[in-house]
Amino acid sequence: MTIIKHELRQNRTAFSVWTASIAFLLVVCIVLFPEMKGETDALGDLFASMGSFTAAFGMDRLNIGTLTGFYAIECGNILGLGGALYASLLGISALAKEEKGRTAEFLLTHPVLRERVITEKLAAVLLQIIAANLLILISALLSIRLIGEEIPLKELLLMHGVYFLLQLELACVCFGISAFLRRGGAGIGMGLAAAAYFLNLVANISDSARFLRWLTPFAYCEGADLLSAGKPDGGLIAAGTALACAGIMIAYLQYGRKDIR
Amino acid sequence: MGEEAIKINNLTKYYGRTRGIDQINLTVPRGDFFGFIGPNGAGKSTTIRTLLGLIRPTGGEAQIFGMNMINDRERILSRVGYLPSETSFYPGMRVRDVLKLSAELRGLSFQRSRQSPPHYECEQNLTDALLPQKHGCTETARLLCGRLRLDPTRKVDELSLGDKKKVGIVCALQHEPDLLILDEPTSGLDPLMQKEFFGILRERNAKGTTIFLSSHILSEIQHNCAHAAMIRDGRIIASGSVEELSRTDARRVSIRGQIDYGALSGIKNLHTSPDGAEFLYHGDMQALLAVMANGTIRDVSITEPDLEEIFLHYYTN
Repeated sequence: MTIIKHELRQNRTAFSVWTASIAFLLVVCIVLFPEMKGETDALGDLFASMGSFTAAFGMDRLNIGTLTGFYAIECGNILGLGGALYASLLGISALAKEEKGRTAEFLLTHPVLRERVITEKLAAVLLQIIAANLLILISALLSIRLIGEEIPLKELLLMHGVYFLLQLELACVCFGISAFLRRGGAGIGMGLAAAAYFLNLVANISDSARFLRWLTPFAYCEGADLLSAGKPDGGLIAAGTALACAGIMIAYLQYGRKDIR
Repeated sequence: MGEEAIKINNLTKYYGRTRGIDQINLTVPRGDFFGFIGPNGAGKSTTIRTLLGLIRPTGGEAQIFGMNMINDRERILSRVGYLPSETSFYPGMRVRDVLKLSAELRGLSFQRSRQSPPHYECEQNLTDALLPQKHGCTETARLLCGRLRLDPTRKVDELSLGDKKKVGIVCALQHEPDLLILDEPTSGLDPLMQKEFFGILRERNAKGTTIFLSSHILSEIQHNCAHAAMIRDGRIIASGSVEELSRTDARRVSIRGQIDYGALSGIKNLHTSPDGAEFLYHGDMQALLAVMANGTIRDVSITEPDLEEIFLHYYTN
């Protein structure tokens, strides 16, 4: 528990800034909805005429005039990209920061097994992601109530749920990579999150790039698919879970036997 | 049951093809004050890091109190205090938070003292109080902070190199370990603090704590340690009691006047001046006296070289 507490304390500023930023952007977006709704026709035409981009963002299959459609496109991007970046940064820095900050020597010469360090650090990452998502969800619910719209609870939970899974997957994969790094890896983490996001866009544009869906967690977060099916794609979720588990396993294997310099 | 605090057998570490240490053998008995001397890059830190399980040896093994780091890591580390050569702490923390974290990682209860931080004016009293055998961790940390003039309320980021070192010292000592491993402990400490620090170490040693002190400053080893080992290029080149290591046939000769240096074999480090010369002599004493008798000597002194000189002799041969 000591390491979990210590991690949470160390990360509290980053946690507050990321959570507040994502929640704030989401709230702003939701508050803009009533205004957008009035201009649905013009918007719909505009969004439908953007060629490949229309498909890339799933806007050919979503109605931006409804709250759920609007939420899936606009808010989904904020929550998806923001959450992915934050989760990746959390994961990638968890183990690597000790060597970067030269604190690994301090931590690992105390009577704690490396396995315990890994477990508690992973738990801290997951706790922060859970807390951030809860706060963001509450902000979203409150602001929908604020603009006087009916809360589409099932759809909202579904969308927030898959983005939560996406963050867990990215965090776990980055956590595994973190075990190899010695100099911190903010660039790698953010790069990975951005790459995952763009892979999905590419997969949406071209049928021949469809297979890329298996490599990115953004694939199971596709608002259009979610809203039409009412549930996420089990196969994609399973692939993501496998990747996340691999990340965790690699972290234990690698960090357990790593030379700390 | 090993009587040895540290026992190292053929310990070898290669980083890829680069040598770290090569077949190190070393035994440190319990209760010893042991010095580990070597220049930078000789393998001191690699030996210590392997000993502490931070890096995995390529070959050989190391035992602490008869236990192996691979199987008994937690048990070993709970009895060891370690001061790294470069002390780094988590940003944004205060000294007392670092001490608390260290104590908690050791499973020690550390109630934050409601008392004000130690007053430096009472340092003398604190020194007199020495270190009681059994008392709370907080108390030990508080006493140490007082003796080292370390303000526990300060932020670690704002500390000088020396003050950071002090935080490391308190972390290494506050749980009263059976074995202290110190890597270049005095760098950054001013002479007064070094004196206080070695005073604390001697008190601990007198109570039975084994001390393993790595340093490239020979006078530190000579003044404080009972035994020592010298490491060079990843290998132990000499080990024994400091007294033994200091004992050598070589003599430091200082002459005012003129003699025929060419007639002597066994001269090293000859420094001549218009007035005379200084050199390290390890040849036949009779021959030296004969040459001096034939010269013009106004003054002469023949002394034992200090450990530093012997050490340099080892390194420059």
